[in-house]
Amino acid sequence: MVSIKFIQPDGSEQVVQAEPGVTVMEAAKMNLVPGIEAECGGACACATCHVYVDDAWREKTGKPSEMEEDMLDFAFDVREASRLSCQIKVTAALDGLVLRVPAKQF
Amino acid sequence: MPLDTAPPIETDVVIIGAGPVGLFAVFELGLVDIKCHLIDILSKPGGQCSELYPEKPIYDIPALPIVTGQELTDRLLEQIKPFGPTFHFGERVDSLKRREDGRFDLATDAGTTFTAKVVVIAAGGGSFTPKRPPLEGIEAFEGTSVHYAVRKMETFRGKDILIVGGGDSALDWTLNLAPLAKSLTLLHRRDEFRGAPASVAHMRSLVAEGKVRLEIGQMTGLHGAGGQLEAVDIKTKDGDKRVVCNALLPFFGLTMKLGPVADWGLNLHENLVPVDTEKFETSEKGIFAIGDINTYPGKLKLILSGFHEAALMAQQAHRYIYPDKKLMFQYTTSSSSLQKKLGVK
Repeated sequence: MVSIKFIQPDGSEQVVQAEPGVTVMEAAKMNLVPGIEAECGGACACATCHVYVDDAWREKTGKPSEMEEDMLDFAFDVREASRLSCQIKVTAALDGLVLRVPAKQF
Repeated sequence: MPLDTAPPIETDVVIIGAGPVGLFAVFELGLVDIKCHLIDILSKPGGQCSELYPEKPIYDIPALPIVTGQELTDRLLEQIKPFGPTFHFGERVDSLKRREDGRFDLATDAGTTFTAKVVVIAAGGGSFTPKRPPLEGIEAFEGTSVHYAVRKMETFRGKDILIVGGGDSALDWTLNLAPLAKSLTLLHRRDEFRGAPASVAHMRSLVAEGKVRLEIGQMTGLHGAGGQLEAVDIKTKDGDKRVVCNALLPFFGLTMKLGPVADWGLNLHENLVPVDTEKFETSEKGIFAIGDINTYPGKLKLILSGFHEAALMAQQAHRYIYPDKKLMFQYTTSSSSLQKKLGVK
């Protein structure tokens, strides 16, 4: 199991355990992490599973694909660290991953 | 309010929503001799499949191992062709009321009115509506200075326009309005555009000629009063800037909102319409709800579920529309009358 920490805008933290192979969005939804909508169910067709990857983890999680960049255009307050969590696959290498949840999803 | 003096369109069934489930409902209703009008806010059929997923593969449609959203829409349109449905695109049903004679009166936001014996709500995730940029106080400028669509280009003549977005909508309107505007600024969060390459190239040449100003960044705030926009604050890599403008066109895509369905007096449960599982009828006799918009014990939001719900709904709809006729269950493989309706015999 892989540990993922979600930090809410108010600073509160939630650590969830995820099986390698699921996406970060799925891990969030399965553990009822607030603030991640995933309206399209993970198809990279909305922008409501938007998260900010902590600086220490940006290299390991990598850059968004072209399709993901296109969808990020529709997210709220996009930053350098922005990713769509449905496009980040959970792997053992991401054990300890830290993400911040945006103030709102569009 | 648009003045519509045409009499209401009278029909057996109005289907609210022309997504995959609304489309398939035409087939099931057509097999039992019921004609339909469909109303959808989008300018084309297919709902989420054509708007959000046209190129994306769907793997769980029975008998189709892989099918894209647009292919599924096209196949359904072919399947329902024999029944000649009438589509009303670019309109949203705003009001739905029962008449004294038991039928229903419907009115859309374009002023079109209908009188129908049966209403089928196949509204999916809700009505597609433009995403509103999360800027403090933006609602106060909507309709006067902030627009999510362009109805009349002339409205923008002589204005200082700010267009935000990176896709075809933002690019097309930049190209169309630049000749009319006093000034035009295009804002996008990155220097890559999703739109058609020819449009991007044309935009870049207008920028090079100084006819359009291109800013790379995001909006942070609005300035103005009494519905009149005066300027928009943006943050860019080169720092914070203020764009003087009196018209803002944000193109951030569409989102789905339950909308007017919430106002029709139907029982609702967490923004979904509860139905029974024999007929998929709502709390109002004669109004059905099929597809993602409904809820019942065990409900799965799958297209295949919506297809099943459409089939059972049609049986009950027939009882309302042809109360004196007996509905004989038939198979399309063996019934010559069904095959005649389908135009295959």
